[in-house]
Amino acid sequence: MVPVSYYLVLSAILFSLGALGVLIRRNSLVIFMSIELMLNAANLAFVAFTRVHETFSGQIFVFFVMAVAAAEVAVGLALIVAIYRSRQSVDIDQLSSLKG
Amino acid sequence: MLLSEANPAAGLFVLVPWIVFAPVIGLLINAFAGKRLGERGVGWVASLASGAAFLVSALQFYALTLHPEGAQVKIAEWIRIGQLSLDWTFRVDSLSVTMMLVVSGVGTLIHIYAIGYMHEDVRFKHDPARFPRFFVFLNLFIAAMMILVSADNYLMLFVGWEGVGLCSFLLIGFWYDLDTLGRSSWANSNAAKKAFITNRVGDFGFLIAGFLIFWYMGSFAFSEVFAAAPEVAKTHPWVITAITVFMLVGVAGKSAQIPLYVWLPDAMAGPTPVSALIHAATMVTAGVYLVTRSFPLFGLTHDGQYIVATVGAVTALFAATIAVGQYDIKKVLAYSTISQLGFMVAAVGMGAYVAGMFHLVTHAFFKALLFLSAGSVILGLERGHHHGHHAPSSPVLPPQGAGNSLSHGEIDRVKEEVFDPGDIRNMGGLRARMPVTFWVYLIGALALAGIFPLAGFWSKDEILLDAFLHYPHVYWLLTLAAFLTAFYMGRQVWMVFFGKARHEAAEHAQESPSVITIPLIILAALSAFGGFINLPFKGFHQFGYWLEHTLGAIEFPPFNFMVAGVSTVLALGAIALSWFLYQRKPLEHGQTDPLAKPLGLVFVGMEQKWFIDEAYQFLFVQPYRALASWLAQKVDWDFWHEWFHDSVLVKGFVTLARLLADPVDLGFIDRVSYWLSDAIRASAETLRKLQNGFVRSYALSVVLGVAAILGYLLLK
Repeated sequence: MVPVSYYLVLSAILFSLGALGVLIRRNSLVIFMSIELMLNAANLAFVAFTRVHETFSGQIFVFFVMAVAAAEVAVGLALIVAIYRSRQSVDIDQLSSLKG
Repeated sequence: MLLSEANPAAGLFVLVPWIVFAPVIGLLINAFAGKRLGERGVGWVASLASGAAFLVSALQFYALTLHPEGAQVKIAEWIRIGQLSLDWTFRVDSLSVTMMLVVSGVGTLIHIYAIGYMHEDVRFKHDPARFPRFFVFLNLFIAAMMILVSADNYLMLFVGWEGVGLCSFLLIGFWYDLDTLGRSSWANSNAAKKAFITNRVGDFGFLIAGFLIFWYMGSFAFSEVFAAAPEVAKTHPWVITAITVFMLVGVAGKSAQIPLYVWLPDAMAGPTPVSALIHAATMVTAGVYLVTRSFPLFGLTHDGQYIVATVGAVTALFAATIAVGQYDIKKVLAYSTISQLGFMVAAVGMGAYVAGMFHLVTHAFFKALLFLSAGSVILGLERGHHHGHHAPSSPVLPPQGAGNSLSHGEIDRVKEEVFDPGDIRNMGGLRARMPVTFWVYLIGALALAGIFPLAGFWSKDEILLDAFLHYPHVYWLLTLAAFLTAFYMGRQVWMVFFGKARHEAAEHAQESPSVITIPLIILAALSAFGGFINLPFKGFHQFGYWLEHTLGAIEFPPFNFMVAGVSTVLALGAIALSWFLYQRKPLEHGQTDPLAKPLGLVFVGMEQKWFIDEAYQFLFVQPYRALASWLAQKVDWDFWHEWFHDSVLVKGFVTLARLLADPVDLGFIDRVSYWLSDAIRASAETLRKLQNGFVRSYALSVVLGVAAILGYLLLK
């Protein structure tokens, strides 16, 4: 059986990739996908721990995360569509009108 | 209350508060419904209220004949402070009941008389709307006087004492916007103020006496004070003398003795029933009553007695000399009242309480009679005066609802010539035109002069006898005063009723209606026969025996024919002398007084009241006014307003404000707040650079922050 640390390492790698994507990429759709990647990295860690501890609370948590992610996608994509309509662009660096 | 249930007479004692309640009810009715009741209704309500008080007093008298020990009727708790415990208690004993009978009896007669008198007076003075007010005040006076005489402690007595003083003030100033001749002026109002303020001086003495009593005897109640007095007299002999002397100051104020008598002659500005009731028969005798009531205190101090007796005797003679030189019918009677009060004060000062109270009672009869008759004479002259000016008859009614200015205008029109209906030089020959008034006046005058067997003879003689036995100097002063009394009364009777009229008003004078003459006749009967309550023969001292229940055993000196003979001879001689001067050759119109030439400067002194008013004006009023205006100008205006307010307060405040404004406000508070705002602005300038608008840099800082926290937690 694959040790749990493998899953956790994979989860950490996925999370780091997501975080890097958020920090580096300028296309907001890609940033969005990177956020999904971080959420799913967390989901992977939950599921892995569920296996180790043989309880269902981690899996239940995963369902909640997926529900929240779905809601977030609905709101976030709507925002992106609205931004695109007004600016003809989804480049995150151009959205800096709240600059101090 | 200690009442034997067995005897119904003792139950009458509980009625005693009604001597106060009855007049209070009367005055409330008249005060609130007086306008609707009409003059007749107002007069009867007031008279019935006073009559009810008399009836209750008579019932007290009856109960007291069966229970001579009397009673104390408590109706309410009054003051409870620490050791001090005072009740509103009525004291029924032979002394208080005597005063009650005199006050309510004479008072009721005067109420009835006043119905007739005020009916005309308000019309001669063109303000009939003032009629009910007079009776409200008169009933208030009866109530206050009843409180005074029935009090069971000094403080309650003081309430009555101040109450009658207030009524005196209100009634002297009844025509407050006129003078005695009915002209627009503040003269009457000033007379009222003079009476009130002079009495304040006396009340100050009474208050000091009261404080001393409470301080040394620990109580105000008569029985407790008198019980404690002998002990205090042993330990602090001067205290009793001080109390009596301060009490004498109060007596001098209320009973018009030297040096505070000056208000009483001016008090004649009040309507004549007031002069009769308050300023002759009852209120002014309150001082005599006070001394008699405090007899256990006066009995302990020979010095106090000596001072009181001397003051009384000197006042008696001094006032009598002034009365000789007066021309106003009421002024003569006023000075006579002061003189007779001097007799009473001298008597009670000598310890002759029965003689003093006896003279108080008879004097109440004949002096009320004289004043009321004088009022009748004045009204008769007013009628004669108006008769001369207005063809038909008697008083002129101003138009209904006439305004004040209108009626004053009318006065000016009616009185082209200022006519003084009280000046005896305007009178003469009234005997024929006012016969009833003449006869009752004659009886009163003879009673006052001390002619056998009228009331004044017996009472005055008893005072003279006591003085003769114990205080020779008082005896000589009083005998001389008695001589002058007979002289000035003779002078007045000759000038008013005999000879021929010296003024057209006297020629047309008319007799008063029966509502006025009937009380006069009753009072004349009392003046004639009132002396028989205390004949100076063994077994006949009824009044003395009666007062013994209150005053303790009294020694009755036997009748002394020498004393009585001397005073009778002097009185008859004085009347003969007055006949010689004023009637042998009756005065003509405008003639000077026959006494003026032989007496010279002495007569000027008598006529001008020995310049006492002027002296008081110079010694007290002017310095006081000067002091007052100095205080007003220098202390109040210059010191307080100009200096303290403007310099100290305003300048001080401005200086303080400047001090606070510059260093404190600008220097400290402003600087701190500016520094704070600058600091915040500077930090904001720095920090705003962090918010660069790039979402990814925010995300980087979140990541770095999370990494830092996690790193710290892991490496800790």
